[in-house]
Amino acid sequence: MPIVTHRKAFFALTGVLIALSLGALIVFGLKLGTDFTGGTLAQIKYENGRPDAKALSLALDEAGFQGYSLRGAGTNDYILRAGALTDEMRGNLATTASINGAFPATIAELTEVGPTIGLELRNKAIIAIGLVMLFILLFIAFAFRKVSKPISSWLYGLIALVTLIHDVIVPVGFYAVIGHYLGAQVDTLFVTAILTVLGFSIHDTIVVFDRVRENLRINQERGRREDFAETAGRSLGQTFVRSINTSLTVLITLMALFFLGPDSTKDFALTLLVGIIAGTYSSIFLATPLLVSTERYFAKRR
Amino acid sequence: MLKRRVIALIVLAIGAAVGWFVYSSQITASRPFKLGLDLSGGTQLIYRAKLDAIQGNTVADSMASLRDTIERRVNLFGVSEPIVQTEHGGTLAGLSEERLIVELPGVTDTQKAIELIGQTPVLEFRMLKEGATPPATGITLDNANEFFEPSAITGRHLTSAQIQFNQSPGGIPNEPVVALNFNSEGGKIFGDLTKANVGRYFGIFLDGVPISIPVIREAIPDGTAIISGNFTAVGAKELARNLSYGALPVPIELIGAETVSGTLGGEAVERGISAGLWGIGLVGLFMIIWYRLPGVVSVVALALYVVAVLALFKLIPVTLTAAGIAAFILSIGMAVDANILIFERTREEMSNGKNAAEAIHDGFARAWPSIRDSNISSMITAVILFWFGTSLIKGFALVFGLGVLVSMLTAISVSRTFLMALGIDAKGGFSRFLFSSGVSK
Repeated sequence: MPIVTHRKAFFALTGVLIALSLGALIVFGLKLGTDFTGGTLAQIKYENGRPDAKALSLALDEAGFQGYSLRGAGTNDYILRAGALTDEMRGNLATTASINGAFPATIAELTEVGPTIGLELRNKAIIAIGLVMLFILLFIAFAFRKVSKPISSWLYGLIALVTLIHDVIVPVGFYAVIGHYLGAQVDTLFVTAILTVLGFSIHDTIVVFDRVRENLRINQERGRREDFAETAGRSLGQTFVRSINTSLTVLITLMALFFLGPDSTKDFALTLLVGIIAGTYSSIFLATPLLVSTERYFAKRR
Repeated sequence: MLKRRVIALIVLAIGAAVGWFVYSSQITASRPFKLGLDLSGGTQLIYRAKLDAIQGNTVADSMASLRDTIERRVNLFGVSEPIVQTEHGGTLAGLSEERLIVELPGVTDTQKAIELIGQTPVLEFRMLKEGATPPATGITLDNANEFFEPSAITGRHLTSAQIQFNQSPGGIPNEPVVALNFNSEGGKIFGDLTKANVGRYFGIFLDGVPISIPVIREAIPDGTAIISGNFTAVGAKELARNLSYGALPVPIELIGAETVSGTLGGEAVERGISAGLWGIGLVGLFMIIWYRLPGVVSVVALALYVVAVLALFKLIPVTLTAAGIAAFILSIGMAVDANILIFERTREEMSNGKNAAEAIHDGFARAWPSIRDSNISSMITAVILFWFGTSLIKGFALVFGLGVLVSMLTAISVSRTFLMALGIDAKGGFSRFLFSSGVSK
């Protein structure tokens, strides 16, 4: 299996991908959304064309808004992010946005998050990602408990975890890029997308590892001696088409969601698209080659 | 073989019946899908209850009374199917707070919604602090706050209030006042309190502001109290009406709000449906092109999966949000995964020289451990997501988890039944072609 024999090339490629993602993350940083920081997020819809951003800013300044940001959305909308609102600011928002009735406006969506809720959600998100990784490690170690030769079941779990970290870093880096250029912000939906990617990617990795487990058992039953790299490569070859096809069907539905679905889940669909491509890549080009390298390492030490 | 075909027909018939249920219950609106606020349009308000003054064991009571009062108030304004619930939260932000969550479908003016709730008065009866000595000039409304502390009687003990005109000696004649009636528990507490504190000051606070500071002249055992506070007739009438709808036992503070307009929600539903239909269609097309006959079977299984999940959405019922619809669309792509695993395995067994029936049988058996393990990992994610989520994300997690479970069932039972029922003995070149896949030999 060329993927296994040329695994060093793929490790290098993975390294480049991770370095790029981390670089984007460091350079651009992630912009936390209203969900996590607290504050106000409003989508202002204009029926007959929207005003100039400058004119709108002037009206907002006059109404007492401070430290806000405006971003155009669609052809006729603005997304306004601001701090906490007073009753007066909230009550007059539609009037303020219409600039004294010159540009009839409606508030399509208004979200206000208090600082406690934001902080709580932020902590919850971190705990949730940690929990998913921990439970998946435990589950894989359990599911593969009978496979201890040539490498221990814990290592399957650990390698799965390494691929998971890759699967998180790549979409996070990607998100830093679209956050920088398109203003996307990290919200609860983004965290949901990351958690879903974790679930999907591990699903994919398990299928390959499962095949390795089965082939090892068959070899043992038939008393066949085979190099571990050989077995792992064969297993990968047998599950390759399935991995690609499953990802394809998921990607098809995500494309439908991205192009045709509601605006509120577009960023979500895009994050999932990137995450699932990364997850498929890692379960084919990273997980099994890592398994083989680990086995080599322990074989040499023995 | 006949038995398998009969079972397959029964499965199809059940699927058609379930599909009919989903369709007809939507058309006649007897059991429509339950849409979350982000799809139906409406407002969600989150309040923090300021419980600093409430002792630990009455927190639950106070919160229940808070909920009932707000619920009465919201119903009064004709909001259809409002949801008012309490929640303990804040633990992960390093503090503990009791929250009140109010969902108002159809109300899309946030400020109006806040005002609607905000008109609910907070009524407190405070007693003189232990050891506090009032100044010689007496306690006035201006210095009242420093001398009083909350007492055991609160707005939750109130049953009704009406406007009266003062007849009692010592008061201003014909001054409008508000008479309060307590429930039996409140009446008893109030009786005991007044009995023990004759001659002392007593403070009545409305929305945290002292409005009347009478001196207790005698014990009041009959469960009524009079508030006199320089009211105008109109002001007293309004207060009596507001109090009759219920008074809050503790003040509340708005800490979060979310409003989605009906048009935006309706658009999201429409686009969600079209994305779902395209998703199903394209996945089905891919499966048939790549897997041929088994692909057709997987499309039947997928269709059964879709109607089963939609029926469950209605029966449980699951509140659908934009994130929930996204989860459902995503699950369509993942639902065929079990089929793909099985078909790839079956094809492998056939290329090892087995006939179709054997290959199908072994293909299922071999694919099962992978299907099981990979779905368990998805379930782990779904459960943690459910815990993580706000109500919108909970919708995602529930749909995702349900999708994983149901798709596993339809893939292993339905696909198997149908493939077996077709009863193709793959000896001929044509049936081999039907069972081959992709660009294979």
